[in-house]
Parts: sequence; structure tokens; C-alpha cells
Amino acid sequence: MLLEIENLAVEVEGKQVLKDVNLSIAEGETHVLLGPNGAGKSTLFLTILGFPKYNITQGSIKFKGKDITNLPTSERVSMGMGVSFQNPPAIRGITVKDLLKYESGQSEDEDLNPRMRELANKLKFSEEFLNRDVNFGFSGGEVKRSEILQLLAQQPDFTMFDEPDSGVDIENVELLAEELNVILDKQKRIKQRKRSGLLITHLGYILNFVKADKAHVLMNGEIVCSGNPDEILLEIRKNGFTGCVNCAQCL
Amino acid sequence: MRNVYEDAERAKDKKAALGTDITIENFSSEDINAIDLIDDLSDLSKKDQNTLLSVGVDSNESDRAGSFLQMDQSNIFTSELSDNIELMNTGVALEKYSWLENYIWNAVKPDADKYTAEAAIKEKEDGTFSGYFVRSKPGTKEFFPVQACMFIADTDIMQTAHNIIIAEENSELHLITGCATGDDISSALHVGVSEIYLKPGSKITFTMVHNWAEQVEVRPRTAIKQAENSTYINNYILTSPVNSIQSYPTTYCEGANSKALFQSIISGQKTSNIDMGSRAVLSGYNCSAEAISRAVANDAAKIYARGHIIGDEPEVKGHVECNGLVLSEESSIYAVPILEANSTGLELSHEAAVGKIDEDEIHYLTSRGFTEDEAASMIVRGFLNMDITGLPPILADYTKNVIDMSVKGI
Repeated sequence: MLLEIENLAVEVEGKQVLKDVNLSIAEGETHVLLGPNGAGKSTLFLTILGFPKYNITQGSIKFKGKDITNLPTSERVSMGMGVSFQNPPAIRGITVKDLLKYESGQSEDEDLNPRMRELANKLKFSEEFLNRDVNFGFSGGEVKRSEILQLLAQQPDFTMFDEPDSGVDIENVELLAEELNVILDKQKRIKQRKRSGLLITHLGYILNFVKADKAHVLMNGEIVCSGNPDEILLEIRKNGFTGCVNCAQCL
Repeated sequence: MRNVYEDAERAKDKKAALGTDITIENFSSEDINAIDLIDDLSDLSKKDQNTLLSVGVDSNESDRAGSFLQMDQSNIFTSELSDNIELMNTGVALEKYSWLENYIWNAVKPDADKYTAEAAIKEKEDGTFSGYFVRSKPGTKEFFPVQACMFIADTDIMQTAHNIIIAEENSELHLITGCATGDDISSALHVGVSEIYLKPGSKITFTMVHNWAEQVEVRPRTAIKQAENSTYINNYILTSPVNSIQSYPTTYCEGANSKALFQSIISGQKTSNIDMGSRAVLSGYNCSAEAISRAVANDAAKIYARGHIIGDEPEVKGHVECNGLVLSEESSIYAVPILEANSTGLELSHEAAVGKIDEDEIHYLTSRGFTEDEAASMIVRGFLNMDITGLPPILADYTKNVIDMSVKGI
């Protein structure tokens, strides 16, 4: 298994948000995490990433066979973890280009490498845009494309995407999904896929373009249902999340 | 010369309104000819050349319109590399041009405080002036900057300089002023008086980089007079420790449509006490000013970041921005934006934000692989590394490099 979460319980500022979460993602697999607002999706996501605010009170997280439960975020990232945020902060004085150079292993003084320039071009980013302070005054779509571009620079083995299609124009969702599929090795045959991912989505629109192998429904801090993404989505659309919990096809 | 010296004598015990009080008597005066002239800036030791370079003064003089170096009280090097400018020691200039008397102690008053008084009294005692005179000729637009350096090489001395900068009608002048000290300076006092005059339609950019030793006291006294349609841009960069610095350069936008922009980048370290302000008096029709500062306080540094705009006429505009980051428990920042509106129909605004580094920003960068310390340092550098506007491309690139170089060490 690439990622193994066992009996995970998490508190945020003294309040329990996740309880007894179990989740395993194998190499080459893409999972999707569904759930209503406040269910704990972002908490799970940021706990896997190792943000200090998320206090693990029970259980463990293993990545590539190593227990990373107490590892700082930067070390998890250097092990091959990547993330695309829904609402990343704007940082003055740090440009998209500065980050891309770091993420693709270049030094500050070097010119951005041709591969990244080509990818930036593909994601409709101009030179002027690359010199802008990261996320400062970006539109919703620009934020998402910048996040994806950074992941293309990082080339992580396991990537988490938080609402990758929210705030993106319909015409740009396909463009974004195309690169998301690259990050997740979807252009390769199933057996040859090495890279994995976990997508958080509210509405599941992105799943029309990025196929997931498995879906999980998180409610009140617990994974209440796991199974075939199409069937679970259909159930949620028909009967809401509560209906999904009671669905016989689950688990 | 008018009543300058009488005024100065009366003010020699007058404490400055701001900043810690310095006992001037603790510092000794240096002779104006104590250090021999040099033929070329590259005659300086490699170490001194590197120090000069850290404050933007290039000993090769490449892409420069001229150079001036004052070591302690001695003007040891001057070069004029462009026909568009004149550059010389202020004393020499006064001998050459009698009209220059009208510009001496005009924008800055000798009795402003005991530091200006001391500088004036020293001029009388020496019978001449230290500091530099630079003038851009009418209608010229010199592309390359003039570089001037005030260097303190001897310990426990008081260095004074009286600089007169004049941009003649429709001319453009760019200045880089670097101030620095030698390695082994345990204490010193620098009093620099700068009087800057912009004639109609002229533009001056004045970029000052400070790199003082930790025990140096610095009291620059700067005033600017702007005629109609003139533009003055003042950039100030301080990223090394200093014992104390207090300065409040003031521009008088007297002519219609004159514009001023102050941009300050301050990093307070160790026990530095930094009181840095920018003031604009807007008394000409439709004139405008902006005072922007970014300050970062670390260790036990104390920073006062002041911005003061006075609107005396309708239709004038002003904006003050003081942003600060406090990085340690012992450090502090006082952001003091002041707006004074003495007329109707004017627009004055301010924005001040002081706080710690945003944790979300640190976490975002750690999620890209930076450690927390690397992330914090990068955020601080980014915060200070603001885009300096209003400079020609070559000087903008150069200034960016100076800022990059300065903030890299933070």
C-alpha cells in the first residue's frame, strides 16, 4: 500500500473531528472522498499532509511503508506527497516562478527550465503571470491552474486535490482535468500506473473527466461508506448523503 | 552666510524631537584632509571595495555617471563620467559657484536640532564644507546613476557631510548613496545633511543603502524642495544592524503637479533602534505623495515606521502605507501614519498593518517542501522585496539586486 491510515482520530483545537478513520490507497489508484460540508474532509486531507494544527489522538498514517504520523509536512512532501489547495493563501513577494523553480529542483538564480515553460504555456500562463506574487489577485481558475502547474513541477507519487474544479469555468475544467490525469498517471495502462491520488469533491463534476477507482463517504468524522464511485455518486444524487449511508451496495 | 552660525550656536543643545539622544561630545572630529586622495576606487582594499559594493557603490564605476567617496571627513575620490552632470565636493562647489550659497541651509534649517547645529558649527570651524554637490544640467536626462559613498573608517569619530543636489529644469538625475563603515568600528556618529532641489519638470531618484556597524549612531537630515511638474523618488534600504538611526526626510511639494514617492525597506536586527519616517508637505496645486514602508523587526530591534502627509491645498492626494512583521518576542514595531488635512477637496489615506507571519503562508510553503524555517525566511524576504517603482530599467534591476543581496542575509 502507498498510503495506509488506521484507526485515525483527530482533534482540532480540542474538538474531535475525525474518529476511527481507516483508508488504504494502493500504488496507481485514485480515490475520491465525498461528504457534506463539515464532515471532516479537509481535516483528513490536512492531517495526511501533517499540518501541526491537526492533533492525532489515536491511530497511525503510513506512507510508502513508513510511519509518518509524527513527521513534519516538508518531510512528507520530500517523500513524494503533493497537494492542491482549494483556497491557498496569497503571499507577497514570492512569485509563481520562484515556487516552480524550487518545486522542479532548480536554484533561484537559474532560468525556469523549458519543460516548466511548456507546461505553463499549456495551462495558459504568460511570462507576466509567472512573475506575479503567488495567488495574489488570482481568479478562481488561475488559483487552480497555478496549483496544478506546481504539482506538475513537483511530480509527487501521491497527490491530494481539494475541490480541484471549484471556481473554474466549464471550458477550463477539461484543460485542468487533462493535467490532473497526467499527475495521476491516467494516460498509462492500469497496471503501469505508479502515481496515486485522493480527490475531495463536493459535486463530483470533475469525475466526468478524471476516473476514480474507489469512493469514500465521510460523515461526522467517520468513513461511512466505500465503494464504486459511479454507484455511490448516483446514490448521493438520488438520496443525498444520508441515503448513501443506508445503501446496501456500500462496503 | 546669513545667520546660520548664530542659529546653529543657539541650537547646539537642542534635542531632536525623535530618536534617542546622542552625546555628541563622545565623538571626536576628524580633519578634512586626514586621509590621502586615491586615483581610482579600485585602489581601495578588496575588503573596502566589497563593503562599498554591498551598499551599491561599484568600484569599477561601470554604468555610472560619476562617483564620490568621503572617508571619515576627507573627500578622497571624485569622478565625473558624464557631461550631463557636475559632481564635486560641496566646499569646492561653493568656491566655484557663489549662487550656491542660496541653497546652503535653505531646505534644512541649521537650528533644526543639535545635529544640524553641530554640522553647521563644524563647517564654520573647518572653514569649508564636506559632502558632495551634484547637479544635473538643464534639459539633460542622464541614464546612468551618480554614486556617492559616505564611509566611516576610524572609530569614535563624528562624520558630517553636507550634500547639495540640484536637478535643473527638465533634467533627470539618478543617485545611489551608500553609507558604510569599516570592520573594526566600535562606535561612530554620522550626521548627513542633504538638501535636494528639483527645478520645474525635473526628476530625481535617490536610492540610499545603509550598512553601518552595530555601534554606529546615524542622524541623516534631509529636505527636498520641489518646483512644478517635478518628480522625486526616494528609496531607502537598511538591512544590517545599527545602534540607532533617526531620520525624517521631508519633501515640500511647492510647485503645481509635483509628485513624491518614498519607499523604505527596513530590517531591524539585534538591538537596533530605528526611527525612520517620510514626510510630504503638499502645498502646490494637484501635487501628490506616497510614503510606503516595509519593516521587519527581529532579535531585540525597535522600529518606528512613520509616514506623515500634510495637505495644504485642495486637489492634492497622499497615501501612507506602513506594513510590518514582528519576528521575535523582544522586538517591536510602531507604525505611525499621520495625515493632516488643512484644506477641502483633498484626498489623504493610510494603511498600516503590523503582525506576525501568517501561519497559513508558512504551511502553504511547507506543503511545497520548504521547512518551516525556510518558509519563514522566504516570506520575510518576499515581504521586504517590494517592487521599487519609478526607476529606469537599469537602475531598477540594480536596485532589485541590492535588495536581493541585502535580504538574502536575513
